[in-house]
Amino acid sequence: MKADPKGVLTGIHFMDGDHACCEGALAAGSRFAAGYPITPSTEVVERFASRVPTVGGTFIQMEDELAASIALQGGVWGGAKAFTVTSGPGFSLMMEHIGYAAMTETPCVFVDVQRGGPSTGLPTLPAQADMMQAKWGSHGDYEVIALCPNSPQECFDLTIKAFNLAEEYRVPVMFMMDEVVGHMTEKVVIPPADEIEVVPRRHTHKSVEDYLPYGTNGDLVPEMAHAGDGYNFHVTGLTHDERGYPNMTPPVQDKLVRRLQNKILNAVDRISMFEEEEIEGADVIVVSYGITSRVAQRAIEVARKQGLRVGKLRLITAWPFPEKKIRDLAAKVKAFVVPELNLGQMVREVERAAAGKAKTFAVSHAGGGVHNPDDILKVIVEATR
Amino acid sequence: MTDCLNTDLLDDPLGDDRLNTDLLDNSISVENPVERFLRSDRMPHIWCPGCGIGTTVNSFARALIESKIDLGSLALVSGIGCTGRVAGYVKLDSFHTTHGRAIPFATGLKLANPKLNVVVYSGDGDLSAIGGNHLIHAARRNIDLKVICVNNLIYAMTGGQTAPTTPDHSTTSTNPYGVFEPSFNLPHLVEAAGAVYVARWTTFHVRQLARSISEAFKKKGFSFIEVISPCPTLYQRRNKMGDALDAMKFYKEKSKIRHGAPTSEVGMTMTGEIIVGKFVDRERPDYQTMMKAQYTESLGERFVEPTEMVCS
Ligand SMILES: Cc1ncc(C[n+]2csc(CCOP(=O)(O)OP(=O)(O)O)c2C)c(N)n1
Ligand code: SF4
Ligand SMILES: [Mg+2]
Repeated sequence: MKADPKGVLTGIHFMDGDHACCEGALAAGSRFAAGYPITPSTEVVERFASRVPTVGGTFIQMEDELAASIALQGGVWGGAKAFTVTSGPGFSLMMEHIGYAAMTETPCVFVDVQRGGPSTGLPTLPAQADMMQAKWGSHGDYEVIALCPNSPQECFDLTIKAFNLAEEYRVPVMFMMDEVVGHMTEKVVIPPADEIEVVPRRHTHKSVEDYLPYGTNGDLVPEMAHAGDGYNFHVTGLTHDERGYPNMTPPVQDKLVRRLQNKILNAVDRISMFEEEEIEGADVIVVSYGITSRVAQRAIEVARKQGLRVGKLRLITAWPFPEKKIRDLAAKVKAFVVPELNLGQMVREVERAAAGKAKTFAVSHAGGGVHNPDDILKVIVEATR
Repeated sequence: MTDCLNTDLLDDPLGDDRLNTDLLDNSISVENPVERFLRSDRMPHIWCPGCGIGTTVNSFARALIESKIDLGSLALVSGIGCTGRVAGYVKLDSFHTTHGRAIPFATGLKLANPKLNVVVYSGDGDLSAIGGNHLIHAARRNIDLKVICVNNLIYAMTGGQTAPTTPDHSTTSTNPYGVFEPSFNLPHLVEAAGAVYVARWTTFHVRQLARSISEAFKKKGFSFIEVISPCPTLYQRRNKMGDALDAMKFYKEKSKIRHGAPTSEVGMTMTGEIIVGKFVDRERPDYQTMMKAQYTESLGERFVEPTEMVCS
């Protein structure tokens, strides 16, 4: 399906990442957002609040992030494509509703413009320290998808992708920006609406008698109905059967939770996006994501000038983690170097997937700025030894 | 703000001392008239014998009959608790959300599809403790929601702990020596926050409750109906207040119908009077009306009304 031209601001813009994210949401067809102000994310909803009344949608500023993160899901079941936007402290408050979205298979997008933590931390300065929280923050076993843009252009393009993935897999998608990407201003090209592919809701066409709200077909993703469609369906965060009825028995739990996991894990190859450069013949591969990938680029280039064989793997999808990709590369390289604006989060995944076949080096940073490329370079040099 | 406290509908021609469950439909029928509103494939329900929640559902179903509301556009949202389970038993589009968050979920639902009639059906703890902030803000915004609060004066689902509504001096599992913290007077709270319709009944007043719910359906804006309801298993037992029948006798004896009573005077104590009736019935523009007016004024022709956001 093509994007609705009403929401698409076709043209060449000079725009920051937060605003580009908002335009991505509008282009993707989102007409409902619920938010609560928090630096450095607020610009996304400020722009949405100003734009959306002109395209037939609603923004509501809720009383807190608990409210915002569930209001958006009410919006989804009312028929809208919806999202919320926040940063660390608000993201922490949203955790229960990420679990609710995963359990009820509510397609929606949570934008987290990461700042330094823990707690109030560094309100105006960057970090990438919510990466594990994005995956594991709510209780219980579940899977999400998480994307990491590294430029305002990607804030636009990948926000559309985030909505599309949310619809395709009926899953909450975490859009993991950071303060630098959110606030940097660059060229953003917004194509004409008929060049933007938008995934529609998996709306059921079944009759009321035949419709099973949580019955699935081959790809493990159920079809959806909206309130008011006449299906009289039930949605619950309790463990439920295919009818959506609570059934708190171990077999039903097993079937449901494994399906929620497998619908994502079986599709890792289709979901995963990464950018690769000079992987063939590399001794060391720098694995990075978000703003850090742009800082690492400099270190990689300097290292190559020094004659080192350095490959680059930029994770655009952080979750589900491209485990097989890392495992395959681990058999071919000496080491991975993983710079990130935290004290070591995604590096654990790299290390786990490498399973001892290649060494793993973290280049940690507590947040508040970006790495000095020299610090990454030093570790690259060390890793090639 | 105009005051239009029309209480005719709620007055009981037979006096308030009779249990009239049959007056909405006097015809004798072999079928239970409320059965078609329930998911019979989910019966038996989980509620204890003598629990008041089922009684409130009966009144709710009778209000649906009486108000002839379009069931296809009716959605019901619950939080978590014994009362929260109502969502699972009604044959409507129904959402059992998270603890305390029924109101913000319902807010999103209503804003995304303004054609829906959205009912929030939940417990006193859910709505006024963990969800208390959402309660007052939804009332302030005057979101068009009908909130039915089953107030059993306790956290029942989790075993009878103190709720913000638990009266002074009663005993709970977390105040084994007696509750000493003051409790909320919910009608007063929601009136102050901005609700356009506020009523309180007990499960003894099944007919008045049904009528209040029907009335609330006719209002546009935030409506709040509190139903004092027995929890024989926890609150009654722990406070030696007998069984469900004793609760009915107690409600009958202690209830005083005072329509239009100032909500500041309707606070409850453990053994004192229970003031019931319709306390507030006023007009205020609801959120979506105000939103539309604002955007029309500021944006003129550029405003595109969010009538339907359905993303096929
Ligand atoms: C976030 C969260 N905290 C606590 C609970 C546990 N819990 C479930 S129901 C409940 C209280 C319900 O009380 P009330 O809303 O009065 O409903 P009742 O059971 O009395 O009808 C609590 C504390 C929960 N489910 N979720
Ligand atoms: S515990 Fe109390 S409120 Fe819950 S079902 Fe039993 S009687 Fe009803
Ligand atoms: Mg209760």
